[in-house]
Amino acid sequence: MQVLAIFIPLFAAIFIPLLFRHVRTIHTGWFVLIVPLLLVSYYVTFISRVMKGNDVLASFNWIPSLNISFISYLDGLSLLFSLLITGIGTLVVLYSIFYLDKTKEQLHNFYIYLLMFMTAMLGVVQSDHMITLYLFWELTSISSFLLIGYWFQRDKSRFGALKSMMITVAGGLFMLGGFVLLALMGGTYSIRELIAQAPQLMDEQYFVLALVLILLGAFTKSAQFPFYIWLPDAMEAPTPVSAYLHSATMVKAGIYLVARFTPIFAASEVWVWLVTGIGLLTLLWGSLFAVKQTDLKGILAFSTVSQLGLIMALLGASAIAYHVEDAANTMFKYAAFAAIFHLINHATFKGSLFMIAGIVDHETGTRDIRKLGGLMSIMPLSFTVALIGSLSMAGLPPFNGFLSKEMFLTAMLTLKDFELFEFSTWGILLLIVAVVASVFTFVYSFYFVFKTFTGKLQASELPQKPHEAPIGMLIAPMILAVLVVIIFFIPNLVGDVFIKPAVFAIQPFLYQDPFLSSSPGMIDITVEAWHGFKSPELWLTVCIFVVGAILFTTLGKWQKLYRVQPAKLSFNALYDFIMDGVLNRGMTNLSKHIMHGSVRHYLMYMFAAICFIVIGTLFYKDAFRISFKGAAPIELYQLILIIVLVLGTLTTLIARSRITAIVGLGAVGYTVALFFVMFNAPDLALTQLVIETISVALFLLVFYHLPRLGKMQEYTPFRFRRLAVSIGIGAMVTLLALSAHSQKLVESINKYYKDTVYTEAGGGNIVNVILVDYRGFDTLFEITVLGLAGMGIYAMIKLRLSRKEKIK
Amino acid sequence: MKVTKLKTNDLILQFTAKIVFFIIFFFSIHIFFAGHYTPGGGFVGGLLTSSAIVLLVIAFDLKTVRKILPINYMYMTATGLILALATAAFPIFVGKPFFTHFFDYFNLPLFGKTSLHTAALFDLGVFLVVVGVTMTIIQTIGEDE
Amino acid sequence: MEIVMAFVCGFLFMAAIYLILSRSLLRIIIGTGLLSHGAHLLILTMGGLGGTAPPVLAEGVSDFADPIPQALILTAIVISFGVTAFILVLAYRAYQELKTDDTTAMKGSGIDD
Repeated sequence: MQVLAIFIPLFAAIFIPLLFRHVRTIHTGWFVLIVPLLLVSYYVTFISRVMKGNDVLASFNWIPSLNISFISYLDGLSLLFSLLITGIGTLVVLYSIFYLDKTKEQLHNFYIYLLMFMTAMLGVVQSDHMITLYLFWELTSISSFLLIGYWFQRDKSRFGALKSMMITVAGGLFMLGGFVLLALMGGTYSIRELIAQAPQLMDEQYFVLALVLILLGAFTKSAQFPFYIWLPDAMEAPTPVSAYLHSATMVKAGIYLVARFTPIFAASEVWVWLVTGIGLLTLLWGSLFAVKQTDLKGILAFSTVSQLGLIMALLGASAIAYHVEDAANTMFKYAAFAAIFHLINHATFKGSLFMIAGIVDHETGTRDIRKLGGLMSIMPLSFTVALIGSLSMAGLPPFNGFLSKEMFLTAMLTLKDFELFEFSTWGILLLIVAVVASVFTFVYSFYFVFKTFTGKLQASELPQKPHEAPIGMLIAPMILAVLVVIIFFIPNLVGDVFIKPAVFAIQPFLYQDPFLSSSPGMIDITVEAWHGFKSPELWLTVCIFVVGAILFTTLGKWQKLYRVQPAKLSFNALYDFIMDGVLNRGMTNLSKHIMHGSVRHYLMYMFAAICFIVIGTLFYKDAFRISFKGAAPIELYQLILIIVLVLGTLTTLIARSRITAIVGLGAVGYTVALFFVMFNAPDLALTQLVIETISVALFLLVFYHLPRLGKMQEYTPFRFRRLAVSIGIGAMVTLLALSAHSQKLVESINKYYKDTVYTEAGGGNIVNVILVDYRGFDTLFEITVLGLAGMGIYAMIKLRLSRKEKIK
Repeated sequence: MKVTKLKTNDLILQFTAKIVFFIIFFFSIHIFFAGHYTPGGGFVGGLLTSSAIVLLVIAFDLKTVRKILPINYMYMTATGLILALATAAFPIFVGKPFFTHFFDYFNLPLFGKTSLHTAALFDLGVFLVVVGVTMTIIQTIGEDE
Repeated sequence: MEIVMAFVCGFLFMAAIYLILSRSLLRIIIGTGLLSHGAHLLILTMGGLGGTAPPVLAEGVSDFADPIPQALILTAIVISFGVTAFILVLAYRAYQELKTDDTTAMKGSGIDD
């Protein structure tokens, strides 16, 4: 059931096209809504168990011979993510019902992609087996590609879709490399088992390489510096998608991965440095560039990049706890708690903000912040929600963002004093970065909400006459906004139920028995809104607010500074250069030089190369042998058959008429069938005989329409080269056959078949049993290929354009 | 197919074809079922059946054969593929690896001791695909003018 | 016998490649047909031609021919039938549209090399 739950969205997707086609009066989204709603209530039932520390494990054998199985592993971390995916998913589907017009949009495509994504995401966060994790991981990339390119008629959508897929799939491949390395070192693909043997893994040669590769996967997915460039372009997706994938769930897959692997890699300095460093850099970079944007969703995209960086940095800091003695009494144990806390908060406030951006777009027809303004009086409800979200993002009380931002500052303050790895020198720099980024976060939060909703209304600039959104569209963001406020007042309840079990999954080395409330090893973290007047966090926060407010009021004066950065020096330009310059144009030029269009010449080069390589290897490795030992005797009738075969072949070579050539080929075919009879292969003989008959009929049928076999002008040197190459190939085949016959390097495996065919497969004809049983896969694919050939022929003849259509 | 030109005076061919068709057809069925223990199987059986139909096509013409055997061979191919895939995928649902076959021996009233084998179902899929594809090819080429 | 068969396979391959490298579509198709025959015989020869009985369980028989190459070839025969039929129709349709079966002429320029 637990494994099945992952696949429920995918199964549900099968029915979407039917519903969309036959039930046009009801928006398809209402049916889809059932799926995440069911799932979220299913996962809620796990909370009480997981809270007490009982991880739930369910497995399902998929490819037992490769030891690959779907294992659904629900611990605190996985459960939290599963709840986020299904919970936010419910709200997003609800929102999309009002956002997407049921008469104009291809809703079935949209919801199939969305449900596919849901399955992929649940799979990522619940897989214990690294290979299935990787499969689901790539499935998220693919479904994200489809969703971003949902409005595929637009160039920008396709560009954004391709960009996100190129970057995330490339990262995924690196990650796969890391997984394989890790599995080779640990001897298992199970993450749980790897965590158990983490200390031994530390000393392995390729430990750091595996670490870097896996981080590349996480960084590309979570849009970390410098891979963040795909996220702003992904904003071409419909807004429900941006709200779901690109703020609340998919981009957090990278966070999940880092959190999940922290117990394995925390012991490495490289991990701490990379995760913290890249995280902080992304935080700063994203917040700086968010202010530059003029598109509402662009601002949110960069703010997402920046917030993801913040969570990443906190996870990096949480890994430090591994290196400190008596870590349970330092502040580092707060880092993981803060990371997860902020992850939840970010999902709530960013989700609502994205939805508001979509509403503004929907109701005014533009997302350009330069044209917007003064919407407060027209859209009061949207404004309220946007204000709550923005203030939470800026880190103001009484909203949940304030709490997690305080914890972030606490963690960064602690880093400053940390002695290991020379953090003490760098630590102060990290703190400055964190504070500067927080200031800019403050600025862009205000920028987003006040430039849109206050100021003067420029009614003439707007494509549509603005009005308040329908209430249905507002429900989802309002629920999220209410959560933003509620979480501020009950942070410790949220902490007990959701965060602490997740923290235990990230920092298991800190706690012996975290779920017994009386034990000393329990997670004793409480969130406080008020740290007292003497705490540095308070003064930092005040400082941030003051500077941020000053910067915001003077925004018009310094925003121009962003134009200083030339467009050619950005990472986007690098991406374009690689994709368009190197891959597209470069490869076109290269292939134009090598490939001039004559397939015959390519073939000749290929055959010549094959011949050269094989014969060369044969003699270089001294593998050529010839021996007459064990050869079957030659009978007279066999010689006659051989003569017939050679004559038939010669006929095809010199034939001047079509019929002669077909007869020659037929003769060869039937002789081959007779050879099969001689060599004790009755199955082959039967098949060959019948197939030859049908083939000859087919040849006659088609050749009737084709022109005569004329003599064709041939350039003489080419004729000689052609002859030389064909003789070479002939010689190669002969040599290969002789060597293969004359030496048996390994024992034949046919004894196995002989021994088991009756007892295990229940058959007598070994050839047939191999086909349908032992190697049934081959046969399955073979008939698939056959079916494809039949379809291709059918299409070529039946589905061509008529003369009239061609003229059009 | 240009058989229309031959249509005059081929009474003997047509008469023989009718009889031979059934002989080949039943032989192909036999070969198909015998395949697990003696030479034969889905491929040969399918090819033989289609060659029997081809014989009819040569003796009469495509339109007549189409009237006698109103089969959509594309659907036949699809059915075969689905059957083969379903047989292969079935074990997953009972917790066995993909492509596990089951067989047992039964005492059936008329046949005596008989083995029933899921591999035969898979082979039936192969049979259908082979007949379907061969006939699709012959039919589409033959009907094209 | 295997020695002779090795040469037969080589000969089949040679003829096949020679035909495949020609300009006429028909010859190319016949070439692929020969190539598959050659390949089937090659597989059979490489596996050894010994054995006194077909690979079917029967009482008192223990010296079977090798069933594995046979299973491989059976698959290959059917596939090559499908492929041959496909390229036949491809050639037929190409001829219908372009009124030539000369691959060089199909390319557009009348000159090869």
